[in-house]
Amino acid sequence: MSGRYGAVAETIRIEGTRILATLIRTVGDVQLAEDAVQEAALAALGAWPVTGVPPEPRAWLTVTARRKAIDIIRRERARGDKERDGSELLELRLDPLAPDDVVQDDLLRLIFTCCHPSLSPPTRVALALRTLCGLSAAQIAEVLLTTEVATTKRLVRARQKIKAAHIPYRVPAEADLPDRLPAVCAVIHSLYTAGHAPSEGEAAYDVDLCVEAIRLAELLHTLLPGQPTPTAVLALLLLTEARRPARVDESGEVVTLDLQDRSRWDQDLIARGVELLNDSLERSDRQADAYQLQAAIAAEHARVPSYTATDWREIVRLYDLLVQVSPSPASELARVVAIAETGEIDAALKLLDTIPPSSRRHAIRGELLARKHRYAEAVRELDQALDTAPPSHPERQHRERRRNYFQQLADEG
Amino acid sequence: MPQYLALTYTADVDWWAPEQAEELAEYRRFGVDFAGQVKASAVLHPTSTATVVRVEGARGGPVITTDGPYAETKEALTGYYLIEAEDLEAAVKIAAEIPAAWGGAVEVRPVIIAK
Repeated sequence: MSGRYGAVAETIRIEGTRILATLIRTVGDVQLAEDAVQEAALAALGAWPVTGVPPEPRAWLTVTARRKAIDIIRRERARGDKERDGSELLELRLDPLAPDDVVQDDLLRLIFTCCHPSLSPPTRVALALRTLCGLSAAQIAEVLLTTEVATTKRLVRARQKIKAAHIPYRVPAEADLPDRLPAVCAVIHSLYTAGHAPSEGEAAYDVDLCVEAIRLAELLHTLLPGQPTPTAVLALLLLTEARRPARVDESGEVVTLDLQDRSRWDQDLIARGVELLNDSLERSDRQADAYQLQAAIAAEHARVPSYTATDWREIVRLYDLLVQVSPSPASELARVVAIAETGEIDAALKLLDTIPPSSRRHAIRGELLARKHRYAEAVRELDQALDTAPPSHPERQHRERRRNYFQQLADEG
Repeated sequence: MPQYLALTYTADVDWWAPEQAEELAEYRRFGVDFAGQVKASAVLHPTSTATVVRVEGARGGPVITTDGPYAETKEALTGYYLIEAEDLEAAVKIAAEIPAAWGGAVEVRPVIIAK
């Protein structure tokens, strides 16, 4: 998608999610609202490239979507489906265009319904991409590495559950927000992670999940500016995104942190990320959460001019806290690397044994052994790292090069 | 108002056994506290008393009854509550008060209301 047609499609996609949020509240049915918005979007895609985008695209889409919703309700009634009593029809005709603050409230409702704890985490992610990002089932399947059929089934089941089990369409009470926000933030964070580290190699699709995740993080932060967790998520995403231009070289190969050209880091994003992080820390009265700690680690890296200038003791301190509040093999491995960078290689090697085996663990162990000049063993670890990762792993070439380098050193020794 | 069937899954016990008296009293307390929302309820005898009925072929075919099913898993269906709640969140709040929720699990299923 590109050029004029692409721009029209993009407007429709972004406006569509706002319209959807309000329409779901009016008709009280996710499926019906989605169908109506979908039909309005198709109408716009047919008309706008010819007539030009109307001066108020949102109004055009809203009016069209409502008309489509009325058509759908009439068709259902003609079939004898007496579920609706007609009050929606009245509301659809009388309701004026929703003002901005109402649309914002509706979007927040939609976010909390899509990320409801009674839905499974993969379902929350798929629903968020469908309803909040306006992606098609095919696009969702592509970015989540699954099939279109499976995605469609998952979405249908989710809408059925929302309707049959009466999952409410409302923003939780202030007191319940701490319980409900983690699920929402986890969806946004996992979208970014999925976009940032595609296991099938660098982004080959036309949807940029990182951009979508940041858009949602911005939205959630705008809607709930006083909440520390969404603020920390946005800070983390921006600080990570800031390094993106340096993360891949001209040939598309991943550049590890120690070799990245820091002049290519986006200083504006870093400044905003640090500001948001400080704001988030000031607003929280409890122990730092996983997002705040990860953002703090990214900010600490961003603060110094070079890899060699890194304050590794501070980084280790932050990772110590992170593995306490949110233990995961990924954060434990990162902590081991930081410990090794302080010079404690033996301690780092010992810690590695306590972490479940993975391709990344082999790669790290190889690097640590090489620092102890145990090159033959390092080669064996890199071989295992290469054997246990998919052929398209983004760090494959890097690891092959390291393996061959260690082999050379082993031969010389 | 939507209705939900809250199915309790717990250890497959004999609720009339003296050692269950204390827990049974907890269930009774729940029933009293939520009398307004609980529309029906039942406690079941252990799965060892169950009979599975199947009719071979079509209606009118031979009736096959089997003993069991004996609980293969740690938790068995041991009772239910039919509850009325405004939405799923309200239903979950009530279900979380059923003692089975911490001794085992409670499955909350929306009930189809005839149109």
